[in-house]
Amino acid sequence: MNYLLRGIGVVAAVGVFSLLAFSLPSADAHGDGGGNVLPRTTNKAWQQECASCHIAYSPAFLPKASWRRLMGGLDQHFGENASLDPATQADILRFLEANAADSGTSRMGSRVMQSTGASAAPLRITETRWFVHKHDEVSQATWSRKSIGSAANCAACHRQAEQGVFDEDTVRIPKQ
Amino acid sequence: MTSAVAAADSPASLMAQYAQQAGVPVSGLSASRGAALYRTEHPGRDGKAVSCAGCHTANPTQAGRTRVGKRIEPLAPAANPQRFTDAAKVEKWFRRNCQDVLQRECSAQEKGDFIAWLSQAR
Repeated sequence: MNYLLRGIGVVAAVGVFSLLAFSLPSADAHGDGGGNVLPRTTNKAWQQECASCHIAYSPAFLPKASWRRLMGGLDQHFGENASLDPATQADILRFLEANAADSGTSRMGSRVMQSTGASAAPLRITETRWFVHKHDEVSQATWSRKSIGSAANCAACHRQAEQGVFDEDTVRIPKQ
Repeated sequence: MTSAVAAADSPASLMAQYAQQAGVPVSGLSASRGAALYRTEHPGRDGKAVSCAGCHTANPTQAGRTRVGKRIEPLAPAANPQRFTDAAKVEKWFRRNCQDVLQRECSAQEKGDFIAWLSQAR
C-alpha cells in the first residue's frame, strides 16, 4: 500500500476524531474551559444581528433581567436605533435568557453574578462590578487610544474575543 | 450562506422599487441628491453632528467603523457586491439609520437617490 494513501487515511481519521471531540457535548458540566473561555453556544440571529455593530457579547456577561431591559429598548440602544422585527427580537431574547449570567450555564456567568446583586439589571457590561474589577489596571488613557476607542471594543485587546476566548494570555493591548 | 441564495434583489431592482413607491420614473432618481443626503450633517440626539459619512467615511468604497470600533464593510456595491442585494436588510438599515441621522424615516425618493449615488460610486 503506498504511503500517500496511508497518509490520507490517517489525516481523515484524525479529522473525524477531532470533529467528534469538538462537536459532542463536553463531559465537563460547564464546558467552558475554566471560566475565561465561554461555552461555544451560539444562535444565528444573535450572531448576525448583534455582531453587525459590535462583537456579539456573550449572554453570560449579564443577568436575564438586564437582557430583558436591553432587548426592550432597542430603538434607543446606547444612543442608536438598533430596532429589530418582533420575531427576531424574541428569538434573540430567548437565547440570551437561556444562557444569561444567572442561568447557571457557564462559569463566566457565575463569576459575573458573584459581584452582581440578585435584583440588579445593569445595561452595560462595563458597569458590572466584575468587569470593573477585571480591568482595574487599565487606565483611562489606554481606553481612549485610537485603536481601542472604548471599553465596548473587547476585540481590540482580547484578540480571540469573537471566539469567546478571554484568557489573559490572549490579551495584547495595542500601543496606540 | 443562505442569504446569498435567497437574495434576489439588486441595486437596480431596489431603485426601481423605490422610484415606483415615490411615483417617479427611475430616471427621476438623483445620484447628486443621494450624495448630499450621505454627506449632510445633522444635529444628533446628544447635540453632536451626525451624518452617514460619519461612520461610513467620506468615501463609500472604503470600510467604515461603528461607534464602538467595529469595521463596517464598504457601502458602495463596486467595493462590496453584497450591498443592496437583500431588500429586508436594506429596509432595516434605512429604518434605523435615518432615525439616527435625520430623526425621521427616509422617503422612498431619498432611498432611491441614495442607492443611485452609491451604485455609481467608484
